Amino acid sequence: MAAPTPLPPALQLSDVSCTFVSRDAPSQRYTAVQDVDLTVGAGEFVAVVGPTGCGKSTLLNMAAGLLQPSTGSVHSFGKPLLGINARAGYMFQAESLMPWRTALANVMAGLQFRGMADAQAREQAEDWLLRVGLGGFGDRYPHQMSGGMRKRASLAQTLVLDPDIILMDEPFSALDIQTRQLMENEVLALWQSKKKAVLFITHDLDEAIAMSDRVVVMSAGPGSHPMGEFTIDLDRPRDVAEVRAMPRFVELHTAIWDVLRAEVLKGYQQQLQPKAA
Amino acid sequence: MWSLIKPRAATLRLWQLAVLVALVGFWHAMTHPGLIPPMLFDNDQQAAFFFGEPLKIGVRVWEWFVVEADIYEHLAVTLLETLMAFGIGTVMGLGCGLWLALSPMAAAILDPYIKAMNSMPRVILAPIFAVWFGLGMASKVALGVTLVFFIVFFNVFQGVKEVSPVVLANARMLGANARQLLRHVYVPSAMSWVFSSLHTSVGLAFVGAVVGEYLGSSRGVGYLILQAEGAFDINTVMAGIVVLTAFALVLDAAVGLAEKNLMKWQPRTSESEKR
Repeated sequence: MAAPTPLPPALQLSDVSCTFVSRDAPSQRYTAVQDVDLTVGAGEFVAVVGPTGCGKSTLLNMAAGLLQPSTGSVHSFGKPLLGINARAGYMFQAESLMPWRTALANVMAGLQFRGMADAQAREQAEDWLLRVGLGGFGDRYPHQMSGGMRKRASLAQTLVLDPDIILMDEPFSALDIQTRQLMENEVLALWQSKKKAVLFITHDLDEAIAMSDRVVVMSAGPGSHPMGEFTIDLDRPRDVAEVRAMPRFVELHTAIWDVLRAEVLKGYQQQLQPKAA
Repeated sequence: MWSLIKPRAATLRLWQLAVLVALVGFWHAMTHPGLIPPMLFDNDQQAAFFFGEPLKIGVRVWEWFVVEADIYEHLAVTLLETLMAFGIGTVMGLGCGLWLALSPMAAAILDPYIKAMNSMPRVILAPIFAVWFGLGMASKVALGVTLVFFIVFFNVFQGVKEVSPVVLANARMLGANARQLLRHVYVPSAMSWVFSSLHTSVGLAFVGAVVGEYLGSSRGVGYLILQAEGAFDINTVMAGIVVLTAFALVLDAAVGLAEKNLMKWQPRTSESEKR
């Protein structure tokens, strides 16, 4: 870790566990994450990787305030989190645009919710659509856009609010590789200029290393917890395509993959068994 | 020659018209006295007596609208009743649907009563409404409202339940408060369900108005039909049905038009252009 900053961390999950109870059968419980300590400093880009079903999304939902932890506490900039984390912007894995709003109206939504006048909101939203390469597509409805365009609109929708923490849940997993690298570079450039805290969830180790300051490896679920942390000391600014060829990248990749591989296999085995948990 | 009129998109209207002409022609041939020898009936007047004659029905409609121009008053009453039942029923269904969908406890408490009221054959309420609201328009509107309300109510209820959880979570993360969630997420999402139900409910509003008139009134198309039936004037009864059907189609088209304009965010299957 870098030298301790005087600012309180953007996000601090202390000793957090989250257990889901089936509504129909209260005896069926599933502990998604257990004893998680995770800190994201102000301006830090942290990536979380792990096998499928390791509770990565649960972690993010708790950081967003959409989900209350069963035990433990979540702090955001030193304050305990109650309800929705108002300083965070969340990019979901699934389609999250409002289908009844045009791209422009979707980007304007958050500003309107905050009571901004329409004219001003429109101006800012149009500016952000341009930045994500969707200028001139503002009047399209989500169903009229391609998957990549919808993701860009989502990105603009989240970032137009200028959140201090950006939560991203496998935002690019549904995109083809070219679009994906373009988007990754765009996010990196935006992050570089604004220096927001980012918590980035992904199952793609390459993506995690290429983009982040620190990679956290989660164990296989149930009761998943961080089991390794790696500081990524690659120079910035980075290009996600070029950085993959660097010797240091390969070194880091090997080191992290050694830890991750066993967990991926474990997670896979558990999914094969019909009733493991 | 065949390739010119072969059924395809361009000649669709032509074929639809041909079906109508064939049906009316068949009707005319079977009922016009003296055209064909009677098969089922004792004499050649009886078919016309029971089934009416298309030509006379046409003349009747023509008289109503042009010669005597006396149907407009009745038609206006029926349409006004329909529109009021439709409007009131839709607004009430929308309100109750949103309320119950968003407060699960109230929905759980009222559940058996809603089911009971929905299963009840509500047309039977018409005499009660006639007692409560008199023989004027109010009792017909009330009957239409009970028919429309449940259709819209169940669709709104379902629509709110089916709101995508991701879209909802996203709106909350964007800072929407409870009122904004209602206005910007729940209502638009429910509206697509409401619109698919409006075609049914506008028809039912019409049914409520006509059945109400038929059971007791002094004006309206249902009243005209009842009068004609009392005099065994089958042609006028048929003419009334034709007029009602035509206006039901007009109302349905109006809903379709509104839907097309308000629901343009919905994906429609588009076809690639073939050259």
